[in-house]
Amino acid sequence: MGILLRCENVSLGYEGSVVTKDLNFTVSSGDYLCIVGENGSGKSTLIKALLGLKPQLSGNITFCGEVSKNEIGYLPQQTMVQRDFPASVQEIVLSGCMNRCGLRPFYSREEKKLAKDMMKRLEITDLEKRCYRELSGGQQQRVLLARALCSARKMILLDEPITGLDPKAANEMYELIAGLNQKDGITVIMVSHDMNAAVRYATHILHVGGKQLFFGTKEDYMTSKTGQAFLSVMGGDEDE
Amino acid sequence: MSEVFDKLHMYFQLPSVRYAMIVGLLIALCSSLLGVTLVMKRFSFIGDGLSHVAFGAMAVATITGITNNMLIIMPVTIISAVLLLRTGQNTKIKGDAAVAMISVGALALGYMLMNIASQKGGRTSSNVSADVCSTLFGSTSILTLSPADVWICIVMSVIVVTVFLVFYNKIFAVTFDENFAKATGVRSDMYNLLIAVVIAVIIVIAMNFVGSLLISALIIFPALSAMRLFKSFRSVIICSVVISLICAGLGIIVSILAGTPVGSTIVTADITVFFIFSLLSFITKKGR
Ligand SMILES: Nc1ncnc2c1ncn2[C@@H]1O[C@H](COP(=O)(O)OP(=O)(O)OP(=O)(O)O)[C@@H](O)[C@H]1O
Ligand SMILES: [Mg+2]
Repeated sequence: MGILLRCENVSLGYEGSVVTKDLNFTVSSGDYLCIVGENGSGKSTLIKALLGLKPQLSGNITFCGEVSKNEIGYLPQQTMVQRDFPASVQEIVLSGCMNRCGLRPFYSREEKKLAKDMMKRLEITDLEKRCYRELSGGQQQRVLLARALCSARKMILLDEPITGLDPKAANEMYELIAGLNQKDGITVIMVSHDMNAAVRYATHILHVGGKQLFFGTKEDYMTSKTGQAFLSVMGGDEDE
Repeated sequence: MSEVFDKLHMYFQLPSVRYAMIVGLLIALCSSLLGVTLVMKRFSFIGDGLSHVAFGAMAVATITGITNNMLIIMPVTIISAVLLLRTGQNTKIKGDAAVAMISVGALALGYMLMNIASQKGGRTSSNVSADVCSTLFGSTSILTLSPADVWICIVMSVIVVTVFLVFYNKIFAVTFDENFAKATGVRSDMYNLLIAVVIAVIIVIAMNFVGSLLISALIIFPALSAMRLFKSFRSVIICSVVISLICAGLGIIVSILAGTPVGSTIVTADITVFFIFSLLSFITKKGR
């Protein structure tokens, strides 16, 4: 499979202070990459850098050919939606289809259907007309997930997707993403603290700390020192 | 009561009154469209700054004695919109300061230029203050519109409404979550620019009518009122258009009958609606 994304000697930070450095990894088409690490280790910053929302301090991030920006889906960890923003669930989910439109001003019938399907899959169809700001945290998360799924055609980046979801919804969510990855061949990059799910679904693991601690396949990770140490602290039986 | 209707009927026979009504309603329509975006993107400062710039440009146009002052005001305001957007997106405080600088500067320069112009023309200072007052707060008489003014307004309104409808979904995406839009390959910078330019156009066409100080009110109040009661983007926009049209219509009629300045009459109506809607939302929230 072809390489989609390549990071070379990337270092990230804010206003001079380095958060993480020496990032060297590649993502190939069809991969399921889990990014793990402690709080504040720079996972979200890395996702933003990959998406071009935040420039890296040094190094190169290159997307290779096959995937263009408007084929990417994104679930932010936090969305700064202001209080009082008038937006219904349906409007928000549909806005995930925006990157399919190009210069076309209105959504096509297929896009509307896609948004409906996603709402059904995430069981938010009956919230369709509700105001986003008046939903519970978990419901809001589902809305943003539905939007991300609408915009993902080749690749999806998820920043802690199961935050706020109940266990049942979290499991369904993982299955849904695994399905997208295996059936539709969508490349997945996910930040997660849920080590159980990471070792279950991912094909590759990227472990970041002050620098890149590990990158490789899941199997290698589980036998590596870093992996075993981290798994014994974070993983095991507990659900996060 | 019937006396009033008779009087109105008589007035509407006059073309100048009909022109005023057409222009007023069109301006109300255009200005209400982008209200939500302006409030939510915290672009209100741009609206404010721009109206002052437009005032300055108007003064320059007066002094150069160009027959069609739109030729100066429009490009100057659009360019300022782009510049303000750029500076506003830098770090917060600097952006604010830049806006304040530009807008107050434009105001001061404009006033000075108007005075100089009048001294050359040998007019009395009371004339100048009347001129200034009408550019800031709108003309006291709205019955001086020429057919050319009306046509300019119609053409501009058609452009604004068309642009808004065509880019409606994109404006929503960029307003709701700019980072997401950017991350998924929507060209949000371009659409921000578009929004700023459209705002500039609206301000310029509305300036002659309600005056440069009151335009922001015309843009923002209907949106704020609608947001009290409605929860989806589309319904808020439809509602603010309706509010804006009704207030403008009523404001114009009242100002004709009572001889009040049209801009402030319309804004007064907008404020009244805002309080009514706030009260309603308070009541419905309590009822739940
Ligand atoms: N906007 C910002 N300005 C300055 N520093 C920031 C900013 N955002 C994050 N940081 C810093 O960068 C570091 C990494 O943040 P980041 O959000 O990438 O962590 P994370 O790995 O996603 O953590 P978590 O598991 O809590 O989500 C943190 O130390 C944080 O303090
Ligand atoms: Mg994070």
